[in-house]
Amino acid sequence: MTIAPTCPTPIMQHETVQMAHGAGGRLSQVIMQRVFMPHLSNAFLDLLDDQAKLDLPSGRTAFTTDTYVVSPVFFPGGNIGELAVNGTVNDLAVGGARPLYLSAGFVLEEGLLLAELETIVRSMAEAARRAGVMIVTGDTKVVGKGQCDRIFINTSGIGVIREGVDLSCRNLKAGDSIILSGTVGDHGMAIMTSREGLSFHSRITSDCAALNGMIASMLDELPCAIHAMRDPTRGGVAATLNELASSSSVGIEIHESTIPVKPDVRGACELLGIDPLHVANEGKLVVAVAADNAKQALDLIRSFDLGRDAVIIGSVVDDHPDMVVMRTLYGSRRIIDLPLGEQLPRIC
Amino acid sequence: MPTPMRYIDEYRDPGLARKLLDEIRRKATRRWTIMEICGGQTHSILRNGLDQLLPESIELVHGPGCPVCVTPLESIERALAIAAREEVIFTSFGDMLRVPGNAKDLFMVRSTGGDVRIVFSPLDALQIARDNPSKEVVFFAVGFETTAPANAMVVWQAAREGRENFSVLVSQVMVPPAMRTILSSPGNRVQGFLAAGHVCAVMGYEEYEPVAREFHVPIVPTGFEPVDLLAGILKTVELLEEGRAEVVNRYGRVVSREGNPVAREIMAKVFEVIDRPWRGIGMIPDSGLGLREAFARFDAEKKFHVSNICARESPLCMSGSVLQGMLKPDGCPAFAKECTPAHPLGATMVSSEGACAAYYNYHTTVS
Repeated sequence: MTIAPTCPTPIMQHETVQMAHGAGGRLSQVIMQRVFMPHLSNAFLDLLDDQAKLDLPSGRTAFTTDTYVVSPVFFPGGNIGELAVNGTVNDLAVGGARPLYLSAGFVLEEGLLLAELETIVRSMAEAARRAGVMIVTGDTKVVGKGQCDRIFINTSGIGVIREGVDLSCRNLKAGDSIILSGTVGDHGMAIMTSREGLSFHSRITSDCAALNGMIASMLDELPCAIHAMRDPTRGGVAATLNELASSSSVGIEIHESTIPVKPDVRGACELLGIDPLHVANEGKLVVAVAADNAKQALDLIRSFDLGRDAVIIGSVVDDHPDMVVMRTLYGSRRIIDLPLGEQLPRIC
Repeated sequence: MPTPMRYIDEYRDPGLARKLLDEIRRKATRRWTIMEICGGQTHSILRNGLDQLLPESIELVHGPGCPVCVTPLESIERALAIAAREEVIFTSFGDMLRVPGNAKDLFMVRSTGGDVRIVFSPLDALQIARDNPSKEVVFFAVGFETTAPANAMVVWQAAREGRENFSVLVSQVMVPPAMRTILSSPGNRVQGFLAAGHVCAVMGYEEYEPVAREFHVPIVPTGFEPVDLLAGILKTVELLEEGRAEVVNRYGRVVSREGNPVAREIMAKVFEVIDRPWRGIGMIPDSGLGLREAFARFDAEKKFHVSNICARESPLCMSGSVLQGMLKPDGCPAFAKECTPAHPLGATMVSSEGACAAYYNYHTTVS
């Protein structure tokens, strides 16, 4: 059968993600050339091989993975793309590694605006540039409408740990000071107050940021005095402190009066009945440091813009192993437990 | 350092709290047992460790004023049955979603395909009904006199605009009948009350005056911040020491004797007083609110024919005694053993305002 010259050719220019964009055919190439490569292009990715071949510097290799499903995809202060880069960079950095290479896997929902996807990819490229890492391999799949929430991203990362650095949540020692690098709850409350259904407006923005620059400086100056670092993401500072206490079988005592909370975040938490210590952060650091070096570490963190609100919030103690206790404003003590799950606004 | 927040930090001032504690210590010449009615007060007392700072002679027992805790199991089961229906969007305040029925909670209904949504106001639920005319939207109207005006308002609005795809599953209760039940119990130990500040903001405190006279107890409407609570405790101790069974308001910035007349009016238009079962306590006559006949078409129980659903409490759960101040949460044999926030046997372990959950979260032994 001959094709009549008037027979319509398939549409190649779309404004939204189609199932065919993930099918490995011509439209897959279109989305690569039009959306991904202009922003992510580098010597590794440009080869379009099924794998990136890397030469790693000597030292132990750190390897991590995380999947990002945040809703809404765009939130005050960031979007899912930069979160996916910064989150994985931070997971490497808090282990004492210099983050080097990332992979990015995308699950796209049919119908996602290509312009939105491009904004997300551009943010990833900028975040990677700021953090000094390269996205060297990737994958894209498309699922039917309703089978995912617009876009999910998985990033894995590789970094190299410098000689002599041994950071572990099992390393806390009685007497260590606990430093918090800034205000708590910004990311979680930015997400919560921008979700549909919450009829109040706030100026809260996410603290989403890569911490590897600040961490590298700390490890340059105090390679042995820093015992452990964590970025207090889901579950907030409360969950991080509990993990540190139980991994090292020590107690942690913190002081309520020292915990920095932005006024808007505090206001939203008060309204919703949520403890800021249980709310997620995406650009903060909890550091356990030998007491003798605590002041030096604090000054160093404060010299960075990301750490200008840093404070010593407490210390590691011999008492109450595995338990985090807060000294309240009134001198009483209360246990800071792990949050149970999703934070639920209360009735009244 | 937290940035000062007006109308909050004044009432969290540690110096003022210390002065009030000194004054309580000075005034209390013997042992007194005082009940704070509201779960929000219980939460604040334990969160701030005020119970650790009070003199030993002052015992605080925790009252029944946690809406999540006293919503009866059959209401939860009815909610679960309605929420599982295909044509329904079920809306609720957040902390009801984790309250267990006999086998599951609303989260589990959601995970098996039920459309269950958290709302922050009943009016949001009405908006969902407007936006989804082909769906039946149900709001779980639970709570004390604090939530009743807004819940009444949403029914009144729905009626005014002739909204046929909206209904409410009502489980509203009231404080004074519960106080009478506690005071009439042979095991009662409560000698004075901190009345729930926000309930009094709506209802005023006139209705507590006969309770104070009849049972010879002082009743002090009290707020929720540490300084509010300590001022309320101090006033209650003073009244007890002087033998005065009076109602004295210690939440003047929010509460007046007559309450909020507009809120009371809308409640009276939409609701009528009925008998209600309380979880853990049982039926209390004239203790609840139900929709008046004129609004019966908005009653989800009738619309979905779930009135026949009944339920049985776990035999291990002693939340009824806890809610009436006869048992401290850690006095229950199942506390922190069979019953934890992750596996609650009763609602007092679920809600952030529940006494058992507050004890579990803040009060487990600190060496």
